[in-house]
Parts: sequence; structure tokens; C-alpha cells
Amino acid sequence: MRHALRAGGPQRLTAPARLQPGRPMTPARRFVGACLARGEVEVKQYFRSKDAVVFTLALPVVLLALLASIFSGFVHGTTVHFSQVYTTGLLAGGVASTSFLNLAVAIAAERENGGLKRLAGTPMPRTAYFVGKALLVLVTCSLEVAVLLVFGHFAYGVGFPSSAGRWWVFAWVTLLGATSMALLGIFLSSLPRSARSAAPVANLPLLVLEFISGVFVPFTALSPGLYGFAGIFPLRWIAEGYSSALLPGYFQQLEPGHHWDHALMAAVMAAWCAVGLVLAAKTFRWTGRGER
Amino acid sequence: MLGPMANGMVIEARGLRKRYGQTVALDGLDLDMAEGEVLCLLGPNGAGKTTTVEILEGYRRRDAGEARVLGEDPQRAGPSWRARRGIVLQSCEDVVELTVSECVRHFARFYPAPADPEEVVERVGLSSKANSRIRSLSGGQRRRLDVALGIIGRPELLFLDEPTTGFDPEARRLFWEVVKSLAASGTSILLTTHYLEEAEALADRVAVVNHGTVVAVGPPAELGGRQSAPATVSWLGPNGWQREQTHQPTALVRQLAEAFGGEVPGLTVARPTLEDVYLALTGMGQAQPQAQRDDQ
Repeated sequence: MRHALRAGGPQRLTAPARLQPGRPMTPARRFVGACLARGEVEVKQYFRSKDAVVFTLALPVVLLALLASIFSGFVHGTTVHFSQVYTTGLLAGGVASTSFLNLAVAIAAERENGGLKRLAGTPMPRTAYFVGKALLVLVTCSLEVAVLLVFGHFAYGVGFPSSAGRWWVFAWVTLLGATSMALLGIFLSSLPRSARSAAPVANLPLLVLEFISGVFVPFTALSPGLYGFAGIFPLRWIAEGYSSALLPGYFQQLEPGHHWDHALMAAVMAAWCAVGLVLAAKTFRWTGRGER
Repeated sequence: MLGPMANGMVIEARGLRKRYGQTVALDGLDLDMAEGEVLCLLGPNGAGKTTTVEILEGYRRRDAGEARVLGEDPQRAGPSWRARRGIVLQSCEDVVELTVSECVRHFARFYPAPADPEEVVERVGLSSKANSRIRSLSGGQRRRLDVALGIIGRPELLFLDEPTTGFDPEARRLFWEVVKSLAASGTSILLTTHYLEEAEALADRVAVVNHGTVVAVGPPAELGGRQSAPATVSWLGPNGWQREQTHQPTALVRQLAEAFGGEVPGLTVARPTLEDVYLALTGMGQAQPQAQRDDQ
């Protein structure tokens, strides 16, 4: 009978000795250690769900391939192919899905399944959790952007950024764009009533933004009013930022302002970082809504 | 102001109150727990057990009353206080892709002086599963991992909220052994449960909670005056089953033995069980036959 109890393996339950301490650490090292530990666990867990990795990375690429095959030809009056415009749009879409959508859904799930509550019950510095999420977004977002950039380059002849200045634009658009969208994703994770509704709740605003911001429809085909409205939100400026890093310089003539205003792009994204931070901080809860 | 545990109490709560809208969850609850004690909160669903525990753990704010846990107010205490108490929560759905050993090592990194993760894994009986993904563990194994995460920081005080709900009897006994070994090593343990036999097996003292207050507290064998309550003697007499309540059961049995000239047919002598006392205290005495049917 006894062996039936031992499904968990060898037992040694009788030893009454108090558990001995492992290595003690200073508070500063513990803080850094906790942040790195969170980042490590986030990234490890992400890459261990292999099907999720493959499908989330593949989605923007597949959409790009589909859209590029439907809308063929050149943008009127230019030598820029629609597929190349779409590449810049879906780079923005890829940033949005790896930051905004992934965080909104993942955090809502962790809130519901008690993962957040468990962490809040430990002496983990609360900041470490968010540092971990930031590291995860950094890794997944960089990967997504790299995949799209390489795919766009070889499939549609989208040039890599042609100068150090353009690479710099590419880098800060990615970083600032992902940060603003990630913070909004953290905010959005608090809105759905359950983890199951998190994906639909996050998808609706994201899809609307993607349609009016030049991700799924080239901005040249959007009405000025709609595209202007999209200018309130960060996604349009992320897409425009990628255009400015990847497309020929004369293409900026087609933008409503007839030029790529990097200061404006950075300002809007930075403003949304601030708004997102306040909203996320105001609404973040470590326990589920149903608990009381 | 009291120093940290000046009087050897790990928990002192006075007049805890909590409402959720119109529902009163806690109605002036008092609770004391001494260092090294295993205290069990027993009560029906909605009695206020979980609210009490969550207030003491620091998860929930109280509307009124005083609470000191390890010498500090749980709703103001910081990370160094959180490092001194452990909480066993249910199931690690969030980290299913990690292995047992990775998960325990991960949580160890949040504590100033954690236990050796390998030793903790061994202690909860998961050594053979150390390198298995959490996804592949059974329910009972996951719960033991939950305990591992609760004790990795070498807590002085451990909270266990309904730890064995849904366990089969074997898994429950195995779990009890883990808890007993922790208690034997000096960890104070606050436990909530639905199971009377669990309270009887583990608790030094039981506090029965009903309608948001503690209605009785004491060692399981003495709860509600159990040890001094009249015994019920029953036997099979010439005219069928007979029973008698008496404070002198030995004398009655001797009389019966003389009357029957030896063996008394069908003799039993019973004090009120913990269940009898519990049902009386929680005002569910009428539900007793139902509960007995459930046991069969």
C-alpha cells in the first residue's frame, strides 16, 4: 500500500530539522537578482511554448504576404511597391502585437490564475515583475521586427536602413513604440472581467487602430480625417517612423504633412508612454476581480 | 508600541471587521496565535475564514479592528515582513512551462535568506519530479510544489488556506506528514480547512468561525467542552437498542455487565465527536443526519 503513496518519488518527511539558509545577499543585489530572475522566467516560459512562438511570429509575416499579394503594383506616382509600404505597416503591427496584445492577454491570465497574487505575496520588489515583462517584450519584439525586416528585404526588396541615422530612427521607433504600446497593454489587462475575454477586449481597439493607422490599409488610401484621427494614437506614428527609416526619402511627400516629423513622432509616443504609465499604475491589481 | 512579538504571539487580531457591499464577512473577529503553534480555522463556506486569512497575509484591507502579524500591521508591512511569512496558494498555472526545480529556485531569489531549493523539493517529496515540467504534475504534486514555494523563504509563519481540498485520502495523509514535519521544526502554521479530521490531525488549537466571528476556540479534544460532555452508552437490550446519556459511563457499563452476566451485546460508549461539536457550534445541528450519510 505504502508504495502507492509514492507517486511523487522518494519521501523524506520525517526530518524535523529547520531548513538551513542558502546564500544571503545584499538588498541591492537581491533587487537586481529579482529583476533578472523575472526576465529569465518570462523569456524561458515564452520560448518553451513553441507553438505559440511560431504562430505569433508568423502571423504578421503571413498577413504581410497576403496583403502584398492582394494589393500589388506601385503606389501612384512612385517607384515604391505596395508590398514595401505594407512591410513598414506590419512592422508597426508586429510591435503592437508583441507588446500590447501579448501583455494584455498574458497579464489578465496571470491575474486570474493567481500567478500575480503569489508573486505579490513574496518579498519580490514589485518593480521586478514589470522589468521582467519589459525584458520579455524587448526580446519578442526585437525578434518579430527582425523577422519582418529580413522577410521584407528578401521577398519585396525593402532596403535595410541606408544610414546610421536611419538605423537610429529604426531603433528608437521600435523602443519607444513598444514601450508605449506595452504600457497600454498592461492597462488593458485590467479591463476584462475574465482572462477568457482579454483577447477579444484587446483585439477590438487594436484592429481598429491597425486599420486606420496604415497597417492593413496603406495610409494613401485612407481619408485624411480618419488618418488624422489615428494621429491621436501612437500606432500611426510607429508605422510612419518605420516608413521614414526604410522607404526612399521622397516618399514623405505623400504624408499629410509632406514630411516625416521625427520630433512629432517621438513626442506622441513619449506622451503615450506617460499616459500609459499613469493608466497602468492606477488600474493595476495583483488579485483577480472576482476575489474579495 | 509592542516590539516584534514581545509576548511570543505571532498573530494578534482584535475586532476585525470587513464588509463586501451589503454582506458582512467579518463581524468583530478576535484571534490569537502563539509562536510555534498550529492553529486551524474551521467553519462553513462564507463564515469569514478566507477573509480573515487574507487580512492577516496582507492581501486584503480590513474595515476596522487591529491586527499584528509577526509584530507588524499586515496592511502596512513591507518586503522584509513578507520575507518572514510564507503563503501556500493554490496551483501554479502561471509557470507550467518551468520545471519543479527551476520554479523553486526562481522563488528562492526573492528572499534574503532562502532555504536550499533542492532540500525544499526533497522535503515536499518531489525529488523524482525535480526536472519535470510543472505542466506534467498531478494535482497532488502541484499542491506539494505550492507548499515548497510557501516555505522556500524559511518562514516563521506559514499560511495554508484549504490546502487539501480535492485531495484523495492518500494524498491528504502524505500532505499532513509534510505539515507535521514543518510544525515539528518550529514553524507556526495557520491553517483553514473544511475537513474536521484534518483539524483533528494537525491542529494544536481549533478556532471555529461562523458569521464572521470566532464562536469557540480550544484544542480539538476539548472544543466546546467535548471532554466533559456526557457520554452516550448504547447496547442491544432484550427489547431492542437502548441508549443512555451519562456523566458516569464506567459505572453504567459495570451495571450492564452485571445485569448481562458478562459481555454486553452491541456495547458502545461515545463522547460527542468533533463533528457533533462543530455542527452544534455552527448552528447546523439539524444537518447532522445528512452529514452522516455523506460519510458513508
